[in-house]
Amino acid sequence: MGSLLSLPVVISALELGFIYALVALALFVSYSILKIADLSTDGCFTLGCAVGAQVAIMGHPILALPASMLAGVGSGFIMALLQTKMGVEPILAGIIVNTGLYTVNLAAMGFSSNLSIFKAETVYTLFQDALGNTWYRLVISIVIVAVVCVLLAWFLGTRLGLSIRATGDNTDMVKTSSINPAFTVTVGLCLSGSLTALSGCLIGQYQKMCDINLGTGMVTIALASLIIGETLIGKGSIKRHIAGVILGSCLYRFAMAIALRLHVPAECLKLVSAVIVAVAIAAPYLKQRVAFQKRKMAAMSARRGGKSC
Amino acid sequence: MLRLINVKKTFNPGTVNEKVAINGISLTVEDGEFATIIGSNGAGKSTLFNCIAGSFYADEGSVELDDRDITFVPDFQRATQIGRLFQDPMKGTAPNMTIEENLALAYLRASKKKSPFSRISVSERKLFRERLSLLGMGLEDRMKQPVGLLSGGQRQALTLLMAATLVPPKILLLDEHTAALDPATAEKVLNLTRQVVEENHLACLMITHNMHSALDLGNRTLMMDSGRIVLDIKGPERDGLTVDGLLEKFSVGAGKELDNDRILFSK
Repeated sequence: MGSLLSLPVVISALELGFIYALVALALFVSYSILKIADLSTDGCFTLGCAVGAQVAIMGHPILALPASMLAGVGSGFIMALLQTKMGVEPILAGIIVNTGLYTVNLAAMGFSSNLSIFKAETVYTLFQDALGNTWYRLVISIVIVAVVCVLLAWFLGTRLGLSIRATGDNTDMVKTSSINPAFTVTVGLCLSGSLTALSGCLIGQYQKMCDINLGTGMVTIALASLIIGETLIGKGSIKRHIAGVILGSCLYRFAMAIALRLHVPAECLKLVSAVIVAVAIAAPYLKQRVAFQKRKMAAMSARRGGKSC
Repeated sequence: MLRLINVKKTFNPGTVNEKVAINGISLTVEDGEFATIIGSNGAGKSTLFNCIAGSFYADEGSVELDDRDITFVPDFQRATQIGRLFQDPMKGTAPNMTIEENLALAYLRASKKKSPFSRISVSERKLFRERLSLLGMGLEDRMKQPVGLLSGGQRQALTLLMAATLVPPKILLLDEHTAALDPATAEKVLNLTRQVVEENHLACLMITHNMHSALDLGNRTLMMDSGRIVLDIKGPERDGLTVDGLLEKFSVGAGKELDNDRILFSK
């Protein structure tokens, strides 16, 4: 394993793990808390990247973060509007928004399918000299994600946060507490959109590049991270859950890094990631099945043993 | 005070499945009045509650609470003044959230002016603890546990606390709220209900299939059939009434025998 995971590989896996953890956190809000499968994640991720890249090119790499989050809020808001005010099914609303976002993203990139920000400063290059060439990207990613996590954990404990959590848990109960579920769903989806877009923005600045297909498959990857985290750390308090999401995201990146080091051809990477996702999602169920089979075998052999005596 | 004026509700109007669930009900429930409601399946009892609570809007007629017309007020806005419990103990609480968090949500009805970004305060936690200890179920020591771990009876008692005592509503709607509980727990929840209603001087409507509790509890009894109120008794006329007397009055009022097994078995 030592030769498989050299320090640069570990660092870059951690960097990506932390940045993509933001999308997993977004799905934690929309999928685990609100129980809404948000299929607009792919488009929203690219939107964040495109908006962030444009603002960075204009010379404001730090302003790019709130700008992209605002774009994500817009995407989440439209998704919520379709669901709560127009009676569109959540899955359909996600697909519709995702389709629409493709054009919006192209427009945000000046109707070109990719956008380079090599010449512009990014949040990473701003601090490159101060933090040293090896660690600067990891440190900045960790700082940003840590701030987001603290704010998210705090927010989910407030009155509004509690209302959002209850909406996914028991909508009737939310209504009897005199809260409008349409409102809590809207706030939740806006929050989730902003996190997805922030992740996209960071990836854009990290790679110094934005591509129209950047977000393809993002929802699957984020879901895998979320589920790996839940499987390993379990569903407990909010803080525990958030820690699990980040761990899951980093582990997913390690798995991908190992696959690359084992010289899996680049064309096969999508298949590798699909397999990882499927295994991660199936693991908790299989674990249960194996435990049950073991118990069954033990009980059966004990019974047979009892008869022969 | 709750007042219904000629409320009508029809499901699937204009189709072969048309069903008149409520057919022109007018009813006034004063503050401090505890009315039990009995009637066969499909008599319109739950539909009546849904119209009052705003789960759906009445087709015709109006609903007034303390002389304010709430006919077209959405359910979550009515919830500040209307508390409701269902037969299913799972319906009133959020299972993946802790007892404390559930209570904090219910308490939002009283703390609308507080910032949505504030957290549960120390004084609120103390209040929740006090109120939980009154249930006598030891829940005050389990405030950080998810509600999903509680038994049905405990959940229903907690829901009663959330719907009625923590922030007293103007009217309390109980839809067979003890039907899914074992007899001992049901008794306990019923006693709690009685206590809550008396202490807070609430107007209360309770659907039940138990003829004994229909007569024992409260100070008024309503019988429903085919979307109408066929019998409305209170005062001295109700005091001396037996279960058999009630059944007889039903057949006179509805023009037919009561055909609900669950009611008849509970005789």
